[in-house]
Amino acid sequence: MDRSKIIAVGLISGGLDSTLAACLLKEQGLQVLGLNFSTGFCKTDARRALNRPGEDPRRLRHEGLRAGADAEIAVEVVDIARDYLQMVLHPKHGYGKVMNPCIDCRIFMLQRAKTYMEEVGGHFLFTGEVLGQRPMSQHSRALELIAKEVGLEGMLLRPLSARAMEPTIPEKKGWVDRSLLGDITGRSRKSQIQLAERFGVVEYPQPSGGCCMLTDQNFGRRFADLLDHTEPENVNIEDLVFLKVGRHLRLSSEVKVVVARDEVECNFLERYRNSGWAAEALDCSSPLALVEGEPDEKQKSLIAAVTARYSSGRNRQQVRVRLSRQGQEEVFEVAPASEAECRRMLI
Amino acid sequence: METGNSAPLDLARLPAADRLLDVVGLFCPLPIIRTAAAMRHLQPGRVLEVLADDPVALVDMPNWCKSSGHGYLGWSAGDGGTLRFFIEVRQGSRVPPRAPVAS
Repeated sequence: MDRSKIIAVGLISGGLDSTLAACLLKEQGLQVLGLNFSTGFCKTDARRALNRPGEDPRRLRHEGLRAGADAEIAVEVVDIARDYLQMVLHPKHGYGKVMNPCIDCRIFMLQRAKTYMEEVGGHFLFTGEVLGQRPMSQHSRALELIAKEVGLEGMLLRPLSARAMEPTIPEKKGWVDRSLLGDITGRSRKSQIQLAERFGVVEYPQPSGGCCMLTDQNFGRRFADLLDHTEPENVNIEDLVFLKVGRHLRLSSEVKVVVARDEVECNFLERYRNSGWAAEALDCSSPLALVEGEPDEKQKSLIAAVTARYSSGRNRQQVRVRLSRQGQEEVFEVAPASEAECRRMLI
Repeated sequence: METGNSAPLDLARLPAADRLLDVVGLFCPLPIIRTAAAMRHLQPGRVLEVLADDPVALVDMPNWCKSSGHGYLGWSAGDGGTLRFFIEVRQGSRVPPRAPVAS
């Protein structure tokens, strides 16, 4: 069989597993096309947007593109952030340990990949999933459920675990030589590391719980707080931007303040200083604090005290803090909030 | 593949660009997504100049070119801390002829 006519479309995160899955198929002479989805919840993307001076760009590289360059396969990066957010807000199969809707995420991405495959005349889909590697989305029943829900039964190949699973249509039809695929299962990385050496894949990210902010405890807490205080239909991409930076303190169900932790975060938040109140301590070095919601006078005074607490005037008796919004300005002279007070409000 | 340290092109020998794409203010992967979309409208042999200010593009742009099969001609420093990238559309690139999946 001339396998060069067979087009395999894969989800390429840029992690070692998806890189190796692509390499296994390319080695058999198939045309391999990679898809990488930009969800808006990538930790590295958030670090890029902060644009810290002096950060080595190689540490912030796009791993999907790196994988594409290493395996010499086309990887298309697709922005799915707006639709992805809707899935995250309404996961049919629920969240994992944090705010990670892993099963819905796989279904969503595979549906998108299936559409892409049909558009480019692809024959089947593949992923770098390894049977039993992750508790929620990669146990046998979940893998079957995911393929079935997407309408990909028998058409979704997991090259790294294929020989530990039932043969798929690409294997039965001879598009892929099953005997050359992997039988890897479980959480050990030993087999993948050996395979990486065989393919000369050297530069790959270390497994670290992934790049997804939805599995991050701090981000998850803030996101859950946002959902507790906002109707899902009113949550948008811009709301998520704030969850990625600063200290978040909730004053009431309607009012929250985001305080920058350093100069880089100040510069980042500065871009979003528009319709809401902003607070800055005067006469000393101060973080920028942005307010969400409409604070009353007592809350404004509390915002001033919180801002003072994180300024260089934190040990003074009194600190002057300016709250401003679109030409309005109020100056408060307050005692900096105590550590305990701030901790009580911290999300 | 690491190209983050590649030297800039000689200013006197910059490739002549057929089209300019300005992605200043956007952070990766958006410059790559916009670049990929712009390349679809150019014929093989044409050169796209991409003006960016995300330093990570120094790594991502050559990686994208190697992945897609297009020709990475190099980069040069632009005004105000910007970066100018030059990419040649190659015949038989690996990118399939279709519109990108939109969000």
